[in-house]
Amino acid sequence: MTGNIIRPYGDTTGDGRVQVSFTLPVPFGTTTERARAEGAAMQLATKMGLEPAMVVHAKGMGPDYTFFIVYGRVSHLVDLAEVTVTEREFPLLSSAEVNLRIRSGLGRKLVVVGACIGTDAHTVGIDAILNVKGHSGEKGLEYYREIRVVNLGSQVAIPDLVARANAEDADAVLVSQVVTQRDAHISNAREMAAAFDAAASDAGAGGRPLLVVGGPRFDPGMAAELGVDKIFGKGTTPGEVASYLAYALAPEVPAEDAEGARV
Amino acid sequence: MQTRLNLDPAVVREARALAAKAGQPIVEMARTHTTVSVERAVLRLAGLQGADPDGMPWVNRLADAIRDTTGLEHGVALPAWDALLTGSYEDLASLAEAAAQGKVAFRIPAGTDAAAARSAASAALARGIARIDANRVQRQQMIEQTSEPRKPWIYLIVATGDIYEDIPQAQAAAREGADIIAVIRSTGQSLLDYVPEGATREGFAGTYATQENFRLMRAALDETSHELGRYVRLTNYASGLCMPEIASLAGLERLDMMLNDCMYGIIFRDINPRRTFIDQRFSRQIHARAGIIINTGEDNYLTTADAVDAAHTVVVSQLMNEFFGKEAGLADGQLGLGHAFEINPAVPDSFLLELAHAQLVRELFPDAPLKYMPPTKHMTGNVFAGYLLDAFFNLCGVMTDQSILLIGMMTEGIHTPFLSDRDLALENVRYVRDAAGRLGESFVPAPGGFIEQRAKQVLGESVGLLRRINDDGLLNAIADGTFGITKRPADGGRGLEGVISRAEGYFNPASEILEAGNGPVRGDSAQVAAGSLEGAA
Repeated sequence: MTGNIIRPYGDTTGDGRVQVSFTLPVPFGTTTERARAEGAAMQLATKMGLEPAMVVHAKGMGPDYTFFIVYGRVSHLVDLAEVTVTEREFPLLSSAEVNLRIRSGLGRKLVVVGACIGTDAHTVGIDAILNVKGHSGEKGLEYYREIRVVNLGSQVAIPDLVARANAEDADAVLVSQVVTQRDAHISNAREMAAAFDAAASDAGAGGRPLLVVGGPRFDPGMAAELGVDKIFGKGTTPGEVASYLAYALAPEVPAEDAEGARV
Repeated sequence: MQTRLNLDPAVVREARALAAKAGQPIVEMARTHTTVSVERAVLRLAGLQGADPDGMPWVNRLADAIRDTTGLEHGVALPAWDALLTGSYEDLASLAEAAAQGKVAFRIPAGTDAAAARSAASAALARGIARIDANRVQRQQMIEQTSEPRKPWIYLIVATGDIYEDIPQAQAAAREGADIIAVIRSTGQSLLDYVPEGATREGFAGTYATQENFRLMRAALDETSHELGRYVRLTNYASGLCMPEIASLAGLERLDMMLNDCMYGIIFRDINPRRTFIDQRFSRQIHARAGIIINTGEDNYLTTADAVDAAHTVVVSQLMNEFFGKEAGLADGQLGLGHAFEINPAVPDSFLLELAHAQLVRELFPDAPLKYMPPTKHMTGNVFAGYLLDAFFNLCGVMTDQSILLIGMMTEGIHTPFLSDRDLALENVRYVRDAAGRLGESFVPAPGGFIEQRAKQVLGESVGLLRRINDDGLLNAIADGTFGITKRPADGGRGLEGVISRAEGYFNPASEILEAGNGPVRGDSAQVAAGSLEGAA
């Protein structure tokens, strides 16, 4: 087995060994129940493609449920040639590089309006991106000299967000959705994009600000479907967002001109 | 005070004195103001329940009608009971209904009419508070009939959004070893300026706090407590814009612990600082009377700031919570001050730093039922490493004699816990408690060693910050972003429009009863929780 075709690695190349854990709604009390529960786990493991499978741990949880840990061998092959990766379309820049690019490409401060919309009161995500403090060792957007941040906080109504973005001449609107139920984050994002589009067509020229949404439940591939420009998923750092904003809003100036602009 | 860190008692005294000095002007403000939620709490304590066909509670409709006519500067009680006595209303509910239709001409009564209104209102509130007193007695009887769980108490969360799903989950968790069930609220409830009504089956990442949901869950846990022979406590959230009302409902329905921080709503929910401080004082007076243990939210500071750099902000906030709590009548045994195990595990000596912080808090507040929160920020998705980190959290908790352990989940930040995540988490804490539960008695950090020095450093930084807060004033310090990074100006945030300056002759029959003290019970659960009655006076 060489090149693009691989299998999981336990302790020998190609052994295909994996580990899974799951719970089944079966009791684990009497001897008969235990045998039946383990049989049920084996059946699921086999249907999942683990063959042979071994139930190494089974434990009753309350009267009605059993937890299992299973090891087994999968016969599936992974073809690396078929793996597709969405590459980041923008370069990661340091804060100094972001500032320089905004200065030279935009010639003024870049204005960002941020908010949590809908019923979501969890500002932890938007604050981690916007606050000076930032997260994961990266400072937030407030730290960037060439970015002006207006953080509207939580539970901002969409019409208020549109109005404020307009009043602030926002270049970009960042919206965070952390806690969501029944895909509220999807419908909220879609509603927001529609509101900005409607406002932009009412106002005529000028267009709408760049719309960026973020949150752990979003699929970064859904931007077009939601009508926004960019989606950031779980684990996004402030530096990635800043780099994207600079890439999307501040046209790259050839190096010599950039030097000139700095003077 | 037993001390293993050789803390200088003079420094500890100075820290407390500085916290008191910083808090005193806030107390003065709370004494001279009221809020719409405080006034609605008075109506709730007098028994007004239910909502109009749109779901807006009658307490809101009645308080709003009074605010629109006589204003609330004199409190809701005088105009409400005057209207009740002079009109032909059967009860507060029919008065509220008429008021909502604009059919009631409210006034501020004078002379004998005022005396009659006062006396009727006081009698109604005395009945409401007697129910809280009776609940406190009943809690104590329940503990005697079942048993008091050993420390640390194991705290578990349920949050399906549907109270009828929450109930079996909570009962299952109790059977698996949970001593405390917390029902997480629907996100955003803290920013609603009313308390929803009735049993609720839909919420956003949590279940609405309502009086009926409180009653249903407490009844279910009573059943389970008898089944297990162990009293299972129920926790909810007295925070946000309706803090005083939710505290009142907790007292009326015998909840046992309530999240109730003096600054959390300001910092993390952008609720107006004045509104929060006024509301927290009244809500804490209710909690004091009800024998409810409050939980404060300092763990949150460490999720937004670095847990090493910001360790002293936790201590400062705890000292402020202690000052405000005691001023409102809470005993040491009711102060479930919060803190957390949030230091980056990649930091050298991170466990020693955690031990230093946890032991410092234990020694500063020897009689408080401290609530210790598990790692969340550095749970990476590597569930195996996370399980190990949770074990170290549990070990630190038992070594430093923490009173309440919120159980860490190895799948923190990935999904709401699976049944198996919860079961594994309980297995983790049971192992540590059984294997090392008595390690605390032998845990004496080396004099002058790393742990002692770190604890002293954090205490010293706390005193430094308290001095700066005193130079600046607490409201200005909050406006400047001293806590949790965010800047919160005194006139910003939600709910300022619900703050009302009290007029001469302001009357609040609930506050009069609560401030007169004389709750019926002494030496009951809340005090027993910390094994001390000190500071109850």
